[in-house]
Amino acid sequence: MKSCLIVDDSKVIRMVAKKILQELGFSTAEAEDGQKALEHCQRELPDAVLLDWNMPVMNGLEFLNALRKLPGGDRPIVVLCSTENDIDHIQEAITEGANEYIMKPFDSEILQTKFSQVGLL
Amino acid sequence: MRPEDFAYVAKMLKERSGLIVTPDKAYLLESRLTPIARKRGLKGLDELLQQLPSGGEDLQREVTEAMTTNESFFFRDIKPFDQFKSLVLPLLLKNKAAKKSFRIWSAACSSGQEAYSLSMIIKEEGAKLAGWKVEIVGTDISHEMLEKARAGIYSQFEVQRGLPVQMMVKYFKKNNETWQIDPSIRQMVQFREFNLLHDLKSLGQFDVVFCRNVLIYFDQPTKSKVLENISKIVPDDGILYLGGAETVLGISDKFKPIPEQRGIYAVNR
Repeated sequence: MKSCLIVDDSKVIRMVAKKILQELGFSTAEAEDGQKALEHCQRELPDAVLLDWNMPVMNGLEFLNALRKLPGGDRPIVVLCSTENDIDHIQEAITEGANEYIMKPFDSEILQTKFSQVGLL
Repeated sequence: MRPEDFAYVAKMLKERSGLIVTPDKAYLLESRLTPIARKRGLKGLDELLQQLPSGGEDLQREVTEAMTTNESFFFRDIKPFDQFKSLVLPLLLKNKAAKKSFRIWSAACSSGQEAYSLSMIIKEEGAKLAGWKVEIVGTDISHEMLEKARAGIYSQFEVQRGLPVQMMVKYFKKNNETWQIDPSIRQMVQFREFNLLHDLKSLGQFDVVFCRNVLIYFDQPTKSKVLENISKIVPDDGILYLGGAETVLGISDKFKPIPEQRGIYAVNR
């Protein structure tokens, strides 16, 4: 079973994503900001990270940067998931090492097609 | 809904588009046609269906379009497109080397995502195709869908269904809340209004035909007929794509499955 860490400061979004991802056969863990997500990744690296951008304490891109510097931190597939929906932001996320990008709002079909594109399904 | 109204609309849809609506799918009439009834200031589906026999060409056409419109997405099912890139395209490059041209048909193309997905692949493989003439034709019965396809404008939801983000950033431009595909991709596809049940010869010959998730809406005799018609406009080395849930087996002997390649079929002469 593949694991996915869901990082979002909204409890509702984490809940929705968790439900979809579990239906797709993932085991899930949750973090409410980048700092907590990083602590999780220092303990164990997930196969995938569904990552919000704007969060308190440590935002998504700061986390992504730190993750990629961890030993083995290049392995997890990171799907950014944000309300930022202009090309510049998307481009920046890709440059910083995101593998895919979802513009909120999303539904299970989008999550599913994006996850299959990056080989997670 | 009166049984005679259902019988009329079901027969009309079958004649005009091949679409089979069985009584257990009557709810589709409700969800697809109620907006048309409202737009025309009618009370609801029942009133619309009662007007249908005497409603004239415009109404009958609008109803047919609404019932046959189906959601489409970019690189739908992924595999067929990987297969196109790794198997079909190299085959075309080999088989068509003398005339350096080939034609692809996206049948029942809806809002154009399949045709544009193929265009993007061909664009990405541009180096191998220098000096080649590649024609991509998308046809659909729905005028409205073709307008949308030609404009190449998609919602944020549509542009995320199946389209890898790198492709989106590379080939789409954002205008307010919609995304428009690049003119260089748009100009690779011609969109034409066309009914699959009509004589296909006017479309010319196609080396590859994508007819995915179309036959599922037809009854057996219509499926056989459409496959037979397609076989007449593909060359001996032509290739047919069907949807994942479709097959030629038991329906037509004009095509045969290609071993170990799911969803694609060779001409059987």
